[in-house]
Amino acid sequence: MIAIIDYGIGNLRSVHNAVSFISPKTKSIVTSDPDVVDNADRVIFPGQGAMPDCILQLEKRGLKESVIEAAKQKPFLGICLGLQMLFEKSEEGNVSGFGLLPGTVKRFQLNKNERIKIPHMGWNKVHLSNPHPMWNKIDSDSRFYFVHSFYAEVTNKSLEMATSSHGEKFTCAIAKDNIFAVQFHPEKSSELGLQLLKNFISWNI
Amino acid sequence: MSVAKRIIPCLDVNDGRVVKGVNFVELKDAGDPVEIAKKYNEEGADELTFLDITASSDNRGLLFDIVEKVAKQIFIPLTVGGGVRSCEDIRNLLNAGADKVGINTSAILNPDLIAESTSRFGSQAIVVAIDAKKVDDHWEVFTHGGRNTTGINAVSWAKKMAKLGAGELLITSMDRDGTKKGFDNELMKLISDVVEVPIIASGGVGILQHFVDGVIDGEADAVLAASIFHYGEFTIQEAKQYMAKNNIEVRL
Repeated sequence: MIAIIDYGIGNLRSVHNAVSFISPKTKSIVTSDPDVVDNADRVIFPGQGAMPDCILQLEKRGLKESVIEAAKQKPFLGICLGLQMLFEKSEEGNVSGFGLLPGTVKRFQLNKNERIKIPHMGWNKVHLSNPHPMWNKIDSDSRFYFVHSFYAEVTNKSLEMATSSHGEKFTCAIAKDNIFAVQFHPEKSSELGLQLLKNFISWNI
Repeated sequence: MSVAKRIIPCLDVNDGRVVKGVNFVELKDAGDPVEIAKKYNEEGADELTFLDITASSDNRGLLFDIVEKVAKQIFIPLTVGGGVRSCEDIRNLLNAGADKVGINTSAILNPDLIAESTSRFGSQAIVVAIDAKKVDDHWEVFTHGGRNTTGINAVSWAKKMAKLGAGELLITSMDRDGTKKGFDNELMKLISDVVEVPIIASGGVGILQHFVDGVIDGEADAVLAASIFHYGEFTIQEAKQYMAKNNIEVRL
């Protein structure tokens, strides 16, 4: 069973829809129940909105410990804010994340050299930095759908699985042991996004 | 390497069916929403926008059915707009499977709705749609398909909406809508220059060069069109190929 973490913000239906679409036999549950998370084989932690709200909502639902425990043991897929939450701290509201990965979450900066819009919204190229089973059947420099204003600056580059560029180069996928996390939205990235979710369902850590 | 300019087909929904018509008259049934969404997705649409033009509030619920069906089978961003009045309306649409909700008239009647909804659902979920028309040397925000003026300056309004948290602005030129003369790029550029958030240009596409002009002259981040795709004049793939040939980054 795959638990899709629901902390009350954003559209989680789309992740559930995508998993059901690619693998009707896989049971996936959108949940805010810590017990369900504890009993899941795999966990998807999607995120939208702001990091301070996310922490507040997780704590309110008694979910924080279960999510952190899952991220330490089970195949764990973080999406968007679900990637950022894994890091030590964020500039957004100056809050602490789970601290499972070394680095800081920062906001994109407008710069003089290249005009950018914030949020970074749309289909951008994902350049693979390291091989990983999650990249099965996904070519480097394919486009995925992004929507975010913050990104994680990872201090240990060996954890970096892919980069993208928006005014500056930034890390858009990271992996460590049982954790894989992406800044883009596979559930909104058409065929290749579905492929990534398929890879997650069959990923043996 | 940077984020691709998006092409967004817009589908009108009336009483739960996707329709096509000229200037909202002679609405014809354009077929099954899922099939149309699938076709556009296969052609490479970067997002889909559904605009509910249902007149009777009794039949508004039928829209949810479409959104739900499409969201179960098409995995690209879905924006839904038309008649959105409250946070409750927004929540219902997000629950049905919309990723973004477009707000137009309600933003004018109640600007607080933008601040409230973006803090509740995140900026990424809220697109503010602005219908603008040139009045003397400036543009004003209009409602009711360009019939009623609000007296509000469109550029300052765009700034205000972005400041209140809108994640994106959909700018429609009422002077150009339906004319096939191209986007009002002067207006697009004025707005694009003063806001940090992406803007979607809308209203007036007749030929593929208009998409290029919208991106280059109007500095739009995305381009939206309806009739040019519905009537099969051009496919989305043709539009993208044309833009790519003109050195615009697109997702092919």
